[in-house]
Amino acid sequence: MASGVKPRVKVPKTAAAGDEITIKTLISHKMESGQRKDGDGNLIPRSIINRFVVDFNGQNVIDVTLEPAISTNPYFQFDATVPESGEFTFTWYDDDGDVYETTKKIAVS
Amino acid sequence: MKRARTYASIATVVAAMSATAVVADADGDQLVVNGEIKMVTEAAAADHLENLDTVYSGWRFRADETQAFQMDDFDNPAMIFVEKAQEVWDTAEGSEGKACASCHDDSESMKGVRAVYPKWNETAGEVRTLEMQVNDCRENQMGAEPWNYTGGDMANMVALLTTVSRGLPVSVAIDGPARETWEMGKDIYYTRYGQLELSCANCHEDNYGNMIRADHLSQGQINGFPAYRLKNTKLNTVHARFKGCVRDTRAHTFKPGSAEFIALELYVASRGNGLSVEGPSVRN
Amino acid sequence: MKLTRRDLLVMGSVGMGLTALGVTPAMASLTDDEIAKITGGAEVGAGDLVVTAPEIAENGNTVPIEVSAPGAVMVAIFADGNPTPAVATVKFGPLNPTHAASTRIRLAKTQDVVAIAQMEDGSFQKAKANVKVTIGGCGG
Repeated sequence: MASGVKPRVKVPKTAAAGDEITIKTLISHKMESGQRKDGDGNLIPRSIINRFVVDFNGQNVIDVTLEPAISTNPYFQFDATVPESGEFTFTWYDDDGDVYETTKKIAVS
Repeated sequence: MKRARTYASIATVVAAMSATAVVADADGDQLVVNGEIKMVTEAAAADHLENLDTVYSGWRFRADETQAFQMDDFDNPAMIFVEKAQEVWDTAEGSEGKACASCHDDSESMKGVRAVYPKWNETAGEVRTLEMQVNDCRENQMGAEPWNYTGGDMANMVALLTTVSRGLPVSVAIDGPARETWEMGKDIYYTRYGQLELSCANCHEDNYGNMIRADHLSQGQINGFPAYRLKNTKLNTVHARFKGCVRDTRAHTFKPGSAEFIALELYVASRGNGLSVEGPSVRN
Repeated sequence: MKLTRRDLLVMGSVGMGLTALGVTPAMASLTDDEIAKITGGAEVGAGDLVVTAPEIAENGNTVPIEVSAPGAVMVAIFADGNPTPAVATVKFGPLNPTHAASTRIRLAKTQDVVAIAQMEDGSFQKAKANVKVTIGGCGG
Protein backbone atom coordinates (compact mmCIF):
# COMPACT_ATOMS: atom_id res chain seq x y z
CA MET A 1 0.00 0.00 0.00
CA ALA A 2 1.16 3.54 -0.71
CA SER A 3 1.90 4.97 2.70
CA GLY A 4 -0.91 6.27 4.87
CA VAL A 5 -3.76 5.28 2.55
CA LYS A 6 -6.66 4.05 4.64
CA PRO A 7 -10.17 3.22 3.46
CA ARG A 8 -13.27 3.67 5.60
CA VAL A 9 -16.80 2.55 4.78
CA LYS A 10 -20.15 2.88 6.51
CA VAL A 11 -22.67 0.14 5.77
CA PRO A 12 -25.64 -0.81 7.96
CA LYS A 13 -25.13 -4.16 9.70
CA THR A 14 -28.60 -5.47 8.91
CA ALA A 15 -31.40 -4.87 6.42
CA ALA A 16 -34.62 -6.41 5.21
CA ALA A 17 -34.50 -8.25 1.88
CA GLY A 18 -34.84 -5.80 -1.00
CA ASP A 19 -34.08 -2.76 1.17
CA GLU A 20 -32.36 0.26 -0.31
CA ILE A 21 -29.49 1.31 1.93
CA THR A 22 -27.14 4.30 1.86
CA ILE A 23 -23.42 3.64 1.85
CA LYS A 24 -20.74 6.21 2.66
CA THR A 25 -17.09 5.70 1.76
CA LEU A 26 -13.90 7.63 2.36
CA ILE A 27 -10.28 6.86 1.62
CA SER A 28 -7.37 8.96 2.88
CA HIS A 29 -5.39 9.82 -0.25
CA LYS A 30 -3.62 12.98 -1.28
CA MET A 31 -5.01 12.99 -4.85
CA GLU A 32 -1.99 14.81 -6.27
CA SER A 33 -3.58 16.54 -9.24
CA GLY A 34 -0.56 17.10 -11.46
CA GLN A 35 -1.26 20.84 -11.48
CA ARG A 36 0.88 21.76 -8.47
CA LYS A 37 4.50 22.87 -8.64
CA ASP A 38 7.26 22.11 -6.16
CA GLY A 39 9.66 24.63 -4.61
CA ASP A 40 11.86 24.61 -7.72
CA GLY A 41 8.94 25.30 -10.03
CA ASN A 42 8.71 21.75 -11.40
CA LEU A 43 5.31 20.16 -11.87
CA ILE A 44 4.58 17.48 -9.28
CA PRO A 45 3.34 14.52 -11.29
CA ARG A 46 -0.26 13.38 -11.01
CA SER A 47 -0.88 10.54 -8.57
CA ILE A 48 -4.49 9.86 -7.75
CA ILE A 49 -7.03 7.15 -7.06
CA ASN A 50 -8.40 6.73 -10.57
CA ARG A 51 -11.17 4.15 -10.07
CA PHE A 52 -13.56 3.04 -7.36
CA VAL A 53 -15.71 -0.07 -7.72
CA VAL A 54 -18.35 -1.45 -5.35
CA ASP A 55 -19.83 -4.92 -5.77
CA PHE A 56 -22.26 -6.98 -3.71
CA ASN A 57 -22.11 -10.77 -3.94
CA GLY A 58 -20.49 -10.38 -7.35
CA GLN A 59 -22.98 -7.87 -8.76
CA ASN A 60 -21.99 -4.28 -9.40
CA VAL A 61 -23.43 -1.37 -7.47
CA ILE A 62 -21.30 1.50 -8.73
CA ASP A 63 -18.16 1.98 -10.82
CA VAL A 64 -16.54 5.42 -10.69
CA THR A 65 -13.70 6.78 -12.80
CA LEU A 66 -12.03 9.54 -10.80
CA GLU A 67 -10.16 12.50 -12.27
CA PRO A 68 -7.81 14.95 -10.47
CA ALA A 69 -10.78 17.21 -9.73
CA ILE A 70 -11.93 14.85 -6.98
CA SER A 71 -10.85 16.34 -3.64
CA THR A 72 -8.17 14.94 -1.34
CA ASN A 73 -9.55 12.06 0.75
CA PRO A 74 -12.09 11.00 -1.88
CA TYR A 75 -15.59 10.65 -0.48
CA PHE A 76 -18.50 8.90 -2.19
CA GLN A 77 -22.04 8.35 -0.98
CA PHE A 78 -24.52 6.24 -2.95
CA ASP A 79 -27.34 3.74 -2.49
CA ALA A 80 -27.47 -0.01 -2.92
CA THR A 81 -30.23 -2.61 -3.06
CA VAL A 82 -29.69 -5.56 -0.74
CA PRO A 83 -31.51 -8.63 -2.07
CA GLU A 84 -29.97 -11.15 0.39
CA SER A 85 -27.29 -11.51 3.05
CA GLY A 86 -23.80 -11.13 1.73
CA GLU A 87 -20.72 -9.03 1.42
CA PHE A 88 -19.93 -5.67 -0.15
CA THR A 89 -16.48 -5.32 -1.65
CA PHE A 90 -14.99 -1.85 -2.08
CA THR A 91 -11.96 -1.50 -4.34
CA TRP A 92 -9.90 1.61 -5.03
CA TYR A 93 -7.26 1.68 -7.79
CA ASP A 94 -4.24 3.97 -7.47
CA ASP A 95 -2.31 5.54 -10.37
CA ASP A 96 0.83 3.99 -8.85
CA GLY A 97 -0.57 0.49 -9.29
CA ASP A 98 -1.63 -0.11 -5.70
CA VAL A 99 -5.08 -1.51 -5.08
CA TYR A 100 -6.89 -0.93 -1.79
CA GLU A 101 -9.77 -3.15 -0.81
CA THR A 102 -12.13 -3.49 2.09
CA THR A 103 -15.25 -5.57 2.62
CA LYS A 104 -18.37 -5.28 4.76
CA LYS A 105 -20.88 -7.99 5.51
CA ILE A 106 -24.59 -7.34 5.84
CA ALA A 107 -27.19 -9.70 7.31
CA VAL A 108 -30.60 -9.74 5.72
CA SER A 109 -33.60 -10.77 7.81
CA MET B 1 -23.93 45.25 29.34
CA LYS B 2 -22.70 42.35 31.43
CA ARG B 3 -24.14 41.44 34.79
CA ALA B 4 -22.20 39.58 37.45
CA ARG B 5 -22.75 35.82 37.40
CA THR B 6 -21.17 32.85 39.12
CA TYR B 7 -18.43 31.08 37.20
CA ALA B 8 -20.06 27.68 37.78
CA SER B 9 -23.21 28.63 35.95
CA ILE B 10 -21.34 29.38 32.75
CA ALA B 11 -20.83 25.70 32.04
CA THR B 12 -24.56 25.07 32.03
CA VAL B 13 -25.95 28.26 30.64
CA VAL B 14 -26.79 28.51 26.96
CA ALA B 15 -27.62 32.08 26.22
CA ALA B 16 -31.02 32.54 24.65
CA MET B 17 -30.89 33.78 21.13
CA SER B 18 -31.75 37.43 20.99
CA ALA B 19 -34.69 38.17 18.72
CA THR B 20 -32.87 41.23 17.50
CA ALA B 21 -29.73 39.35 16.40
CA VAL B 22 -27.22 41.54 14.59
CA VAL B 23 -27.11 41.07 10.82
CA ALA B 24 -24.25 38.83 9.54
CA ASP B 25 -23.71 37.39 13.02
CA ALA B 26 -23.40 33.67 13.74
CA ASP B 27 -26.35 31.76 12.27
CA GLY B 28 -28.95 30.09 14.46
CA ASP B 29 -28.20 26.46 13.63
CA GLN B 30 -27.85 23.71 16.24
CA LEU B 31 -25.02 21.21 16.19
CA VAL B 32 -25.79 17.66 17.20
CA VAL B 33 -23.16 15.12 16.15
CA ASN B 34 -24.25 11.63 15.15
CA GLY B 35 -27.70 12.51 16.43
CA GLU B 36 -26.24 12.08 19.90
CA ILE B 37 -23.65 14.61 21.01
CA LYS B 38 -25.30 17.95 21.64
CA MET B 39 -22.70 20.65 21.21
CA VAL B 40 -22.98 23.96 22.97
CA THR B 41 -21.98 26.42 20.25
CA GLU B 42 -23.16 29.52 22.06
CA ALA B 43 -22.57 30.45 25.69
CA ALA B 44 -22.46 33.42 27.99
CA ALA B 45 -19.00 34.96 27.84
CA ALA B 46 -16.73 34.20 30.79
CA ASP B 47 -16.35 36.88 33.43
CA HIS B 48 -12.89 37.88 32.29
CA LEU B 49 -14.17 38.90 28.83
CA GLU B 50 -14.83 42.61 28.97
CA ASN B 51 -15.86 43.17 25.37
CA LEU B 52 -18.04 40.15 24.63
CA ASP B 53 -21.42 39.09 26.02
CA THR B 54 -21.75 35.84 24.14
CA VAL B 55 -19.20 33.46 22.75
CA TYR B 56 -19.84 31.42 19.63
CA SER B 57 -18.09 28.39 18.20
CA GLY B 58 -16.55 28.83 14.76
CA TRP B 59 -19.07 26.25 13.52
CA ARG B 60 -21.79 28.88 13.64
CA PHE B 61 -20.03 31.07 11.09
CA ARG B 62 -19.63 28.46 8.37
CA ALA B 63 -21.84 27.77 5.36
CA ASP B 64 -24.55 25.12 5.68
CA GLU B 65 -22.61 22.60 3.59
CA THR B 66 -19.50 22.97 5.76
CA GLN B 67 -21.57 22.63 8.92
CA ALA B 68 -23.10 19.44 7.57
CA PHE B 69 -19.66 17.85 7.22
CA GLN B 70 -19.36 17.87 10.98
CA MET B 71 -22.72 16.49 11.96
CA ASP B 72 -21.89 12.89 11.21
CA ASP B 73 -18.62 11.22 12.17
CA PHE B 74 -18.59 9.54 8.82
CA ASP B 75 -19.01 12.71 6.81
CA ASN B 76 -16.30 14.37 8.91
CA PRO B 77 -13.02 13.71 7.07
CA ALA B 78 -11.09 14.40 10.28
CA MET B 79 -12.34 11.17 11.81
CA ILE B 80 -10.26 8.97 9.56
CA PHE B 81 -7.22 10.58 11.19
CA VAL B 82 -8.70 9.91 14.63
CA GLU B 83 -8.94 6.25 13.58
CA LYS B 84 -5.28 6.31 12.59
CA ALA B 85 -4.39 7.75 15.99
CA GLN B 86 -6.40 5.01 17.69
CA GLU B 87 -4.16 2.45 16.02
CA VAL B 88 -1.09 4.36 17.19
CA TRP B 89 -2.58 4.51 20.70
CA ASP B 90 -2.57 0.73 20.82
CA THR B 91 0.87 0.26 19.25
CA ALA B 92 4.00 -0.07 21.37
CA GLU B 93 6.82 2.30 20.49
CA GLY B 94 10.11 3.37 22.02
CA SER B 95 12.72 1.79 24.27
CA GLU B 96 10.24 0.85 27.00
CA GLY B 97 8.08 -1.23 24.66
CA LYS B 98 4.95 0.57 25.78
CA ALA B 99 1.95 1.90 23.94
CA CYS B 100 -0.26 4.75 25.21
CA ALA B 101 -2.70 1.98 26.07
CA SER B 102 -0.19 0.33 28.40
CA CYS B 103 -0.67 3.07 30.99
CA HIS B 104 -3.90 4.73 29.89
CA ASP B 105 -5.96 1.68 28.85
CA ASP B 106 -8.72 2.74 26.49
CA SER B 107 -8.53 6.17 24.85
CA GLU B 108 -11.99 6.74 26.34
CA SER B 109 -10.31 6.96 29.74
CA MET B 110 -8.88 10.31 28.62
CA LYS B 111 -12.34 11.87 28.73
CA GLY B 112 -12.18 15.24 30.41
CA VAL B 113 -8.52 15.88 29.69
CA ARG B 114 -8.85 18.03 26.59
CA ALA B 115 -11.40 20.26 28.27
CA VAL B 116 -8.95 21.53 30.88
CA TYR B 117 -5.85 21.96 28.75
CA PRO B 118 -3.65 24.05 28.57
CA LYS B 119 -3.05 23.81 32.29
CA TRP B 120 -0.45 24.33 34.98
CA ASN B 121 1.77 21.33 35.65
CA GLU B 122 3.01 21.56 39.24
CA THR B 123 5.89 19.09 38.87
CA ALA B 124 7.17 20.72 35.72
CA GLY B 125 6.50 24.24 37.00
CA GLU B 126 4.99 25.39 33.74
CA VAL B 127 1.75 25.65 31.79
CA ARG B 128 1.48 22.60 29.56
CA THR B 129 -0.42 22.19 26.32
CA LEU B 130 -1.78 18.80 25.32
CA GLU B 131 0.99 18.47 22.74
CA MET B 132 3.65 19.10 25.37
CA GLN B 133 2.12 16.48 27.62
CA VAL B 134 1.94 13.91 24.82
CA ASN B 135 5.61 14.42 24.03
CA ASP B 136 6.48 14.27 27.74
CA CYS B 137 4.81 10.86 27.95
CA ARG B 138 6.52 9.72 24.77
CA GLU B 139 10.00 10.75 25.86
CA ASN B 140 9.89 9.94 29.57
CA GLN B 141 7.43 7.06 29.83
CA MET B 142 7.78 5.35 26.47
CA GLY B 143 11.37 6.20 25.59
CA ALA B 144 10.14 7.26 22.18
CA GLU B 145 11.10 10.18 19.97
CA PRO B 146 9.00 13.28 20.53
CA TRP B 147 6.66 14.14 17.68
CA ASN B 148 6.90 17.30 15.59
CA TYR B 149 4.67 19.77 17.45
CA THR B 150 2.41 20.46 14.48
CA GLY B 151 3.09 17.33 12.45
CA GLY B 152 0.54 14.76 11.32
CA ASP B 153 1.21 12.25 14.10
CA MET B 154 0.69 14.86 16.80
CA ALA B 155 -2.34 16.39 15.12
CA ASN B 156 -3.96 12.96 14.81
CA MET B 157 -3.32 12.10 18.46
CA VAL B 158 -4.60 15.43 19.73
CA ALA B 159 -7.68 14.88 17.56
CA LEU B 160 -8.23 11.49 19.22
CA LEU B 161 -7.84 12.99 22.69
CA THR B 162 -10.25 15.74 21.71
CA THR B 163 -12.83 13.31 20.34
CA VAL B 164 -13.22 11.50 23.64
CA SER B 165 -14.04 14.80 25.38
CA ARG B 166 -16.60 15.99 22.85
CA GLY B 167 -19.61 17.73 24.30
CA LEU B 168 -17.86 18.57 27.58
CA PRO B 169 -17.55 22.29 28.34
CA VAL B 170 -14.16 23.89 27.80
CA SER B 171 -12.96 24.79 31.27
CA VAL B 172 -9.37 25.99 31.49
CA ALA B 173 -8.13 27.55 34.71
CA ILE B 174 -6.86 31.10 34.47
CA ASP B 175 -6.09 31.72 38.13
CA GLY B 176 -3.40 30.50 40.50
CA PRO B 177 -0.02 29.57 39.03
CA ALA B 178 -1.38 29.79 35.48
CA ARG B 179 -2.30 33.44 35.92
CA GLU B 180 0.99 34.89 34.75
CA THR B 181 0.97 32.82 31.56
CA TRP B 182 -2.64 33.78 30.98
CA GLU B 183 -1.84 37.48 31.32
CA MET B 184 0.96 37.11 28.80
CA GLY B 185 -1.45 35.44 26.39
CA LYS B 186 -3.98 38.21 26.88
CA ASP B 187 -1.32 40.81 26.12
CA ILE B 188 -0.40 39.07 22.88
CA TYR B 189 -4.08 38.80 21.90
CA TYR B 190 -4.49 42.56 22.05
CA THR B 191 -1.12 43.49 20.52
CA ARG B 192 -0.98 44.66 16.93
CA TYR B 193 1.57 42.74 14.87
CA GLY B 194 3.14 42.97 11.48
CA GLN B 195 3.13 45.31 8.56
CA LEU B 196 -0.67 45.24 8.65
CA GLU B 197 -0.65 46.08 12.37
CA LEU B 198 -3.44 43.70 13.24
CA SER B 199 -4.15 42.13 16.60
CA CYS B 200 -6.25 39.01 17.12
CA ALA B 201 -8.90 41.26 18.63
CA ASN B 202 -9.14 43.49 15.55
CA CYS B 203 -10.69 40.67 13.57
CA HIS B 204 -12.01 38.20 16.10
CA GLU B 205 -13.42 40.52 18.73
CA ASP B 206 -14.18 43.73 16.86
CA ASN B 207 -15.31 42.22 13.59
CA TYR B 208 -16.62 38.71 14.09
CA GLY B 209 -19.67 38.18 11.91
CA ASN B 210 -18.34 40.51 9.24
CA MET B 211 -16.77 39.41 5.99
CA ILE B 212 -13.08 39.59 5.26
CA ARG B 213 -13.10 39.31 1.49
CA ALA B 214 -15.41 36.33 1.09
CA ASP B 215 -14.63 34.73 4.45
CA HIS B 216 -17.12 34.95 7.30
CA LEU B 217 -15.05 36.02 10.32
CA SER B 218 -15.54 33.96 13.46
CA GLN B 219 -14.59 34.80 17.03
CA GLY B 220 -11.44 32.76 16.59
CA GLN B 221 -12.40 30.26 19.28
CA ILE B 222 -10.31 27.10 19.47
CA ASN B 223 -12.84 24.71 21.00
CA GLY B 224 -13.10 23.09 17.58
CA PHE B 225 -9.43 22.33 17.15
CA PRO B 226 -7.76 20.37 15.68
CA ALA B 227 -9.65 21.58 12.63
CA TYR B 228 -9.88 19.82 9.28
CA ARG B 229 -9.64 22.76 6.93
CA LEU B 230 -11.23 22.44 3.52
CA LYS B 231 -8.50 24.74 2.29
CA ASN B 232 -5.66 22.29 2.94
CA THR B 233 -7.68 19.09 3.42
CA LYS B 234 -5.87 18.12 6.59
CA LEU B 235 -5.98 18.45 10.36
CA ASN B 236 -4.63 21.76 11.64
CA THR B 237 -3.41 22.27 15.19
CA VAL B 238 -3.84 25.41 17.28
CA HIS B 239 -0.23 26.53 17.04
CA ALA B 240 -0.11 25.92 13.32
CA ARG B 241 -3.12 28.18 12.97
CA PHE B 242 -1.69 30.84 15.27
CA LYS B 243 1.49 30.79 13.22
CA GLY B 244 -0.50 31.31 10.04
CA CYS B 245 -2.60 34.12 11.49
CA VAL B 246 0.44 36.06 12.72
CA ARG B 247 2.19 35.47 9.39
CA ASP B 248 -0.89 36.88 7.66
CA THR B 249 -0.35 40.20 9.42
CA ARG B 250 2.96 40.16 7.58
CA ALA B 251 4.94 39.73 10.77
CA HIS B 252 7.75 37.37 11.62
CA THR B 253 5.60 34.81 13.31
CA PHE B 254 6.22 32.90 16.54
CA LYS B 255 7.17 29.23 16.57
CA PRO B 256 4.75 26.44 17.43
CA GLY B 257 5.57 25.32 20.97
CA SER B 258 7.00 28.73 21.87
CA ALA B 259 6.24 30.42 25.19
CA GLU B 260 4.23 33.04 23.31
CA PHE B 261 1.93 30.52 21.66
CA ILE B 262 1.54 28.46 24.82
CA ALA B 263 0.40 31.60 26.61
CA LEU B 264 -1.81 32.63 23.70
CA GLU B 265 -3.38 29.18 23.57
CA LEU B 266 -4.24 29.30 27.27
CA TYR B 267 -5.78 32.74 26.87
CA VAL B 268 -7.73 31.93 23.69
CA ALA B 269 -8.96 28.66 25.18
CA SER B 270 -10.27 30.58 28.18
CA ARG B 271 -12.22 32.88 25.85
CA GLY B 272 -14.17 29.78 24.89
CA ASN B 273 -14.85 28.52 28.41
CA GLY B 274 -18.44 27.28 28.37
CA LEU B 275 -18.48 26.20 24.72
CA SER B 276 -18.32 22.47 24.09
CA VAL B 277 -15.14 20.68 23.16
CA GLU B 278 -16.12 20.27 19.54
CA GLY B 279 -13.04 19.02 17.73
CA PRO B 280 -12.02 17.67 15.44
CA SER B 281 -14.09 20.18 13.53
CA VAL B 282 -14.46 21.06 9.86
CA ARG B 283 -13.68 24.61 8.94
CA ASN B 284 -12.89 26.60 5.82
CA MET C 1 -5.55 35.14 -48.30
CA LYS C 2 -4.28 38.59 -47.70
CA LEU C 3 -4.99 39.78 -44.16
CA THR C 4 -6.40 43.26 -44.36
CA ARG C 5 -6.72 45.67 -41.46
CA ARG C 6 -10.49 45.20 -41.76
CA ASP C 7 -10.07 41.44 -41.23
CA LEU C 8 -7.90 42.03 -38.19
CA LEU C 9 -10.44 44.42 -36.68
CA VAL C 10 -13.29 41.95 -37.17
CA MET C 11 -11.30 39.07 -35.66
CA GLY C 12 -10.26 41.22 -32.75
CA SER C 13 -13.76 42.35 -31.89
CA VAL C 14 -15.16 38.84 -32.04
CA GLY C 15 -12.53 37.70 -29.56
CA MET C 16 -13.25 40.63 -27.27
CA GLY C 17 -16.97 40.00 -27.55
CA LEU C 18 -16.56 36.39 -26.47
CA THR C 19 -14.40 37.39 -23.54
CA ALA C 20 -16.94 40.03 -22.54
CA LEU C 21 -19.57 37.27 -22.36
CA GLY C 22 -17.39 35.66 -19.69
CA VAL C 23 -16.52 32.71 -21.86
CA THR C 24 -12.86 31.88 -22.39
CA PRO C 25 -13.20 30.18 -25.76
CA ALA C 26 -10.54 27.59 -24.96
CA MET C 27 -12.08 26.18 -21.76
CA ALA C 28 -15.74 26.12 -22.79
CA SER C 29 -14.81 24.25 -25.93
CA LEU C 30 -12.71 21.76 -23.92
CA THR C 31 -15.85 20.74 -22.07
CA ASP C 32 -17.90 20.74 -25.26
CA ASP C 33 -15.30 18.48 -26.86
CA GLU C 34 -15.45 16.06 -23.95
CA ILE C 35 -19.24 16.04 -24.12
CA ALA C 36 -19.18 15.45 -27.86
CA LYS C 37 -16.94 12.44 -27.34
CA ILE C 38 -19.64 10.93 -25.16
CA THR C 39 -22.70 11.88 -27.18
CA GLY C 40 -21.13 11.55 -30.62
CA GLY C 41 -22.77 14.86 -31.41
CA ALA C 42 -26.27 13.50 -30.63
CA GLU C 43 -28.92 15.79 -29.25
CA VAL C 44 -28.87 16.37 -25.51
CA GLY C 45 -32.04 17.32 -23.67
CA ALA C 46 -33.18 18.02 -20.16
CA GLY C 47 -34.85 15.38 -18.00
CA ASP C 48 -34.76 14.10 -14.45
CA LEU C 49 -31.01 14.61 -14.26
CA VAL C 50 -30.14 17.02 -11.44
CA VAL C 51 -26.83 18.46 -10.27
CA THR C 52 -26.91 19.79 -6.71
CA ALA C 53 -24.07 22.06 -5.59
CA PRO C 54 -23.73 25.00 -3.21
CA GLU C 55 -24.39 28.41 -4.69
CA ILE C 56 -21.27 29.73 -3.01
CA ALA C 57 -18.46 27.30 -2.19
CA GLU C 58 -16.92 27.93 1.23
CA ASN C 59 -13.64 26.75 -0.29
CA GLY C 60 -12.96 25.66 -3.86
CA ASN C 61 -10.70 22.88 -2.64
CA THR C 62 -13.53 20.74 -1.28
CA VAL C 63 -16.98 21.39 -2.76
CA PRO C 64 -19.73 18.85 -1.97
CA ILE C 65 -21.89 17.96 -4.98
CA GLU C 66 -24.59 15.43 -5.75
CA VAL C 67 -25.70 14.06 -9.08
CA SER C 68 -29.05 12.32 -9.42
CA ALA C 69 -29.71 10.54 -12.73
CA PRO C 70 -32.82 8.36 -12.54
CA GLY C 71 -32.91 5.93 -15.46
CA ALA C 72 -29.32 6.55 -16.48
CA VAL C 73 -26.66 3.90 -17.02
CA MET C 74 -23.83 6.40 -16.77
CA VAL C 75 -23.27 10.02 -15.78
CA ALA C 76 -20.20 12.08 -16.70
CA ILE C 77 -19.40 15.14 -14.61
CA PHE C 78 -17.41 18.16 -15.78
CA ALA C 79 -16.22 21.42 -14.27
CA ASP C 80 -16.15 23.76 -17.23
CA GLY C 81 -13.78 26.31 -15.68
CA ASN C 82 -11.14 23.88 -14.41
CA PRO C 83 -7.82 23.48 -16.25
CA THR C 84 -8.97 19.96 -17.13
CA PRO C 85 -12.78 19.79 -17.08
CA ALA C 86 -13.27 16.07 -16.40
CA VAL C 87 -14.33 15.37 -12.81
CA ALA C 88 -15.66 11.82 -12.71
CA THR C 89 -17.66 9.26 -14.64
CA VAL C 90 -20.14 7.20 -12.65
CA LYS C 91 -21.55 3.93 -13.96
CA PHE C 92 -24.53 2.44 -12.14
CA GLY C 93 -24.72 -1.33 -11.69
CA PRO C 94 -27.76 -3.60 -11.43
CA LEU C 95 -27.84 -3.23 -7.63
CA ASN C 96 -28.06 0.55 -7.73
CA PRO C 97 -31.60 1.70 -6.93
CA THR C 98 -31.34 5.48 -7.10
CA HIS C 99 -28.65 6.20 -9.73
CA ALA C 100 -27.32 9.02 -7.60
CA ALA C 101 -23.93 9.78 -6.10
CA SER C 102 -22.46 12.43 -3.81
CA THR C 103 -18.82 13.41 -3.68
CA ARG C 104 -16.47 16.33 -3.03
CA ILE C 105 -14.65 18.10 -5.85
CA ARG C 106 -12.09 20.78 -6.58
CA LEU C 107 -13.20 23.90 -8.41
CA ALA C 108 -10.52 26.32 -9.55
CA LYS C 109 -12.87 29.28 -9.86
CA THR C 110 -16.48 30.28 -10.33
CA GLN C 111 -17.95 27.98 -13.00
CA ASP C 112 -20.62 25.49 -13.96
CA VAL C 113 -20.59 21.89 -12.83
CA VAL C 114 -22.03 20.07 -15.85
CA ALA C 115 -23.44 16.53 -15.92
CA ILE C 116 -24.19 14.44 -19.01
CA ALA C 117 -26.25 11.31 -18.44
CA GLN C 118 -26.52 8.43 -20.86
CA MET C 119 -29.96 6.91 -20.46
CA GLU C 120 -30.96 3.25 -20.73
CA ASP C 121 -32.54 3.94 -24.12
CA GLY C 122 -29.35 5.46 -25.50
CA SER C 123 -30.49 9.09 -25.30
CA PHE C 124 -28.63 11.82 -23.40
CA GLN C 125 -29.59 14.37 -20.76
CA LYS C 126 -27.70 17.41 -19.52
CA ALA C 127 -27.91 19.43 -16.32
CA LYS C 128 -25.69 21.95 -14.62
CA ALA C 129 -25.24 24.04 -11.50
CA ASN C 130 -23.29 27.26 -11.13
CA VAL C 131 -20.91 27.49 -8.18
CA LYS C 132 -19.31 30.72 -7.06
CA VAL C 133 -15.79 30.13 -5.79
CA THR C 134 -14.41 32.93 -3.69
CA ILE C 135 -11.09 34.08 -2.33
CA GLY C 136 -11.12 33.82 1.43
CA GLY C 137 -9.77 36.12 4.08
CA CYS C 138 -6.28 36.22 5.45
CA GLY C 139 -4.00 34.01 3.44
CA GLY C 140 -6.87 32.82 1.22
